[in-house]
Amino acid sequence: MTIRTSRSARVGQYLALLAYLAFLAFPFLWLVSTAFKPPRELGSLHPTWIPHSPTLDNFRQAFDEQPLLEAALNSLVAALSAALIAVALATPMAYVMARHRTRLSAAATGWVVVSQAFPFVLVIIPLFLILRNLHLINSLVGLVMVYVVWSLPFALWMLVGYVRAVPRELEEAAAVDGASRLRTLVSVIAPLLAPGIVATALFAFITAWNEFFFALVLLKTPSMQTLPVVLTHFLGAEGVADLGPLAAAAFLATLPSLVVFALIQKRITGGMTAGAVKA
Amino acid sequence: MRRVTGRVRTPRRTRLGAAAAALALLLTGCSDDGREKDADGGITLRFQSLAWQKESVDANRELVDEWNAAHPGVRVEYVQGSWDSVHDQLLTSFEGGEAPDIIHDASDDLADFAYGGYLADLRELLPARLKNDIPRRSWQTATFGKGVYGVPFLQEPRVLIANEKILKASGVRVPTVENPWSWAEFRQVAKELSGGDGTTYGVAWPLKDPVSATLNLGLSAGGQLFHRGADGKVKVRFTEGDAVVPGTIHDQVGADRSASAATLGMGGSDTLPGFFGGKYAMVPLGFSYRQQIVQQAPEGFAWKVLPAPAGADGLTQGVSPQTLSIAQDSPYKKEAMEFVDFFLRPPNMARLAKGDWMLPTGAAALKDPALRAEKDGWATGTALAEHLAPAPAQSVRGYPEWKDKVATPAYQEYYSGAIDAKELEKRLVKDGNLVLARYQR
Repeated sequence: MTIRTSRSARVGQYLALLAYLAFLAFPFLWLVSTAFKPPRELGSLHPTWIPHSPTLDNFRQAFDEQPLLEAALNSLVAALSAALIAVALATPMAYVMARHRTRLSAAATGWVVVSQAFPFVLVIIPLFLILRNLHLINSLVGLVMVYVVWSLPFALWMLVGYVRAVPRELEEAAAVDGASRLRTLVSVIAPLLAPGIVATALFAFITAWNEFFFALVLLKTPSMQTLPVVLTHFLGAEGVADLGPLAAAAFLATLPSLVVFALIQKRITGGMTAGAVKA
Repeated sequence: MRRVTGRVRTPRRTRLGAAAAALALLLTGCSDDGREKDADGGITLRFQSLAWQKESVDANRELVDEWNAAHPGVRVEYVQGSWDSVHDQLLTSFEGGEAPDIIHDASDDLADFAYGGYLADLRELLPARLKNDIPRRSWQTATFGKGVYGVPFLQEPRVLIANEKILKASGVRVPTVENPWSWAEFRQVAKELSGGDGTTYGVAWPLKDPVSATLNLGLSAGGQLFHRGADGKVKVRFTEGDAVVPGTIHDQVGADRSASAATLGMGGSDTLPGFFGGKYAMVPLGFSYRQQIVQQAPEGFAWKVLPAPAGADGLTQGVSPQTLSIAQDSPYKKEAMEFVDFFLRPPNMARLAKGDWMLPTGAAALKDPALRAEKDGWATGTALAEHLAPAPAQSVRGYPEWKDKVATPAYQEYYSGAIDAKELEKRLVKDGNLVLARYQR
């Protein structure tokens, strides 16, 4: 059975989609526009989308004033490490929670969801004290540990859903063929989970890449600061901002997330729809 | 058919192991606790600066470099902080025993840290030169109880930045520090400069944070709001003087329509496009906003710095200067103070002031000819220096909660016309005293 949509309804759908896309893209496009505007245009009463005199001065000034490359490298190391470790830990844990359903696993899943409700400020001082005792303050190792712990519950929760979507029959078939449980997990389940693992890793990466408060509190040495912390150095008292360089630096900071997402979005959407239609 | 390449294929397990090892090396290579004694036996002081504008950051770094070149045994490490998050970041650092040795902040942020025992009392450490160079009224801004917990070094008065063309065309009397406008005169002038058609206004009040602007300017009319009794406890009392500034703003927005209602929720920078576009003839702003005006004003735009209006107490207004403090936990307080003394020598203080487009607190630095030039309104600001007093209530315990929960919504509603003066007074006094009482038991 096919559902016929009238021409006017279809036009309406496209218009709604366009409006939604414009709504989503507006902040980013405005950021890009601001990044290329000279100071005089930033103070204009009638701002334009396309700068009249586009300039790279804001980028030059941003790089000149703050160690953006160094900060980007720190962010990359922290985010990549956190994403890899979180996924490596969460995948077997999710498998166990999805396949061995006991009263304990239900409670564990509930606790995982509840743990997301704790605000940063509640945990930051105990965390700070623990990390200090471990001599992990002012260290990317300490920061990565925090990021892993912070993203692990949600990563776990995401992966449990993906594991449950994989038919048990495949594992049973592997068992019949004599595969061990580990072999089944590595050779049968993991390839099927790949889109889910990628999506989870992406989530952990972006969470860590954008994270500000932990990095602010845990890292002291300027050469170790991450990009979101360095971006605040363009802000002055009472909310005054060095708008042009801030926009230029913020634009550059958003690029890695966009690139990573663009590269793997097909795999994510492919993974989401896989198995939705019977062959 | 299997594709053959010239590369030697490494087993997957080996590749994963190598990647993990590289990552571990990269991570551990970045570890550094920053408090180790130097190899040559010298010490390292951590100085957290909140300087953020290029000229100011450059001035800070240059001074640190000069110190390090002259004092190889007492190295200073420059750490960049941010105004946006300094309170939370310092609080956590203090709690965790990892605070910087020398701390740049503002006097209105120090009360909790001073009373909490996180900052060193500087009275015994301050050299006579520094003590005598900075006036008593500035020291009061960093005095909590009997102790002095910061060295105030930069401050900014609130001034009126005016569109010179509109001002000249209107023919109104241009105020000077010697002969400023009264609050009543200012209200009248704003009416005259206003188009009255709802498109151009005499003044734009950027009051996203209405409390500090209202209280600081309120001192000129004799407003105190906070009164300390003989028992040392502070109570809020709303007198005639406290009503002058809020009443003027309220009437300009509501009755006269000479002030834009739209800017009440804006920060200072947000009003500048309208100011440049001729929509607002005057904008009350902090003195340091001049830098943004110089950078962003259209070619040929003429502007002028005017003193804020005067009241029963003349041009007096409250300020919360930027300060340098020393952490109580620092093992090197004496050395830290020696650095502060060097950092705030008159020529250095003047450099820092110029970098931040603010005024130095030190009497000697204020004599710098560049700070007395007419260009960009420096002379007007410098002439106002003697009228600057400690911001009301900055040393009152419970002030931040009173400000956030009681005063900010009350002033915002009053200025927008949602409540009247009686209700404003009731909220500030009755609700406010309930808040303060909790902190003064």
